Amino acid sequence: MAAQTLYEVLGVKPDASAEEIRKVYRQLAKQFHPDLNPGKPAAEERFKAVSAAYDLLSDPEKRARYDRGEIDESGAERPPRSYYRGYAEGAEGRKYQPEGEMDLGDLEDLFAAFGSAGRGRRGRGGEGFKARGGDRFFTLTVDFIEAATGAKKRLSLAPEEWLDVTIPPGINDGQVLRLRGKGGAGLGGGPAGDALIEVHVAPHPLFRRDGDDIQVDLPVSLAEVVLGARVTVPTVTGPVTMTIPKGSDTGSQLRLRGKGIQRKKSPGDQYVTLKVVVGPSGDPELTEFLEKWAPRHPFDPRQGMPA
Amino acid sequence: MIALEELLDRIVGLDRRELARWVENRWVLPERRNETWIFHEIDVARVELILEIRREFAIDDETLPLVLGLLDQVYDLRRQLGRLCDALAVQPPEVQAAVKRVLPDGSRG
Repeated sequence: MAAQTLYEVLGVKPDASAEEIRKVYRQLAKQFHPDLNPGKPAAEERFKAVSAAYDLLSDPEKRARYDRGEIDESGAERPPRSYYRGYAEGAEGRKYQPEGEMDLGDLEDLFAAFGSAGRGRRGRGGEGFKARGGDRFFTLTVDFIEAATGAKKRLSLAPEEWLDVTIPPGINDGQVLRLRGKGGAGLGGGPAGDALIEVHVAPHPLFRRDGDDIQVDLPVSLAEVVLGARVTVPTVTGPVTMTIPKGSDTGSQLRLRGKGIQRKKSPGDQYVTLKVVVGPSGDPELTEFLEKWAPRHPFDPRQGMPA
Repeated sequence: MIALEELLDRIVGLDRRELARWVENRWVLPERRNETWIFHEIDVARVELILEIRREFAIDDETLPLVLGLLDQVYDLRRQLGRLCDALAVQPPEVQAAVKRVLPDGSRG
């Protein structure tokens, strides 16, 4: 199935500790984040693979199931093992019919083989047995952006068999999709069962979901908040340019309308929270300026705090 | 159906030389195609069965043909019985009842 195991995707040993895996993931996520690598589809692919791998391996229960071979790289249930008896009793089982045995090609022969006299057959008729096919259960992991914008995914069931699954925008982690008629075949002309797909949403290193809105922390420089600036902000539909008003502060929240969960009728918004980052200390000019600077309007940033 | 390499990948603990011997002994009958073997689903299941019989039940190569031979006979019988039951199932109720009446009670003697 997959060319790489999830451990290989992350480049860790299969016995790596949870802490080790988390560290490697953070590093790779930073390195390959699509918004930090615009125009490099390979980085995005890598990022998706890394996120999906981490999503599965960071869940101890799923990791154990993966190690036992119960679920595959995508978190999908492996098709249950087919036992020999399932085939041996069907027509294809004739292949292994003991050599030299008579092929009971006809009921007459069957009666003969068991020593009964063959009797004429009566006409056919009667109502056949009908039953609805069984439901089949699968799990599927999508990344945060796919869950926010909606996506089409293909779930492989077997080498030659797959299900096309439409992920609606705004799907929640753990939500179950039902595909009617995609379960087991019915018996005697009965309807097929349904496929039930439990969808898991992988966490994202930047975006957090809040209902239909998305929250992002945006690091900004001192100059950008004091003087105002135009900056590029990642959103689930791609990077957009946003204006930071002059005189903003750390914790200021700006809204990008319609950039949240992409519901068709009324998409949510993205909220961008500014985090002022002063940067590596020791810029001699800044230090010098602050040493000389005697503010004409001094203020105490902790004045509202209880003593 | 899958090719030889894929089968070796898929089944953990399956040895290429061992599998070759099984095919040579006609315990498994893959389809020969372009210098390689193609395994249909029944063949894959049979390979898993043989692997399990050998490993879990510690049946050696001497005894394995006997076990497989008996299994093949059982499945052959079950296949024929299945066909008979299918044929009975589409008969009118009175025919089914008549068959039930004349069936000797062979259950749990």
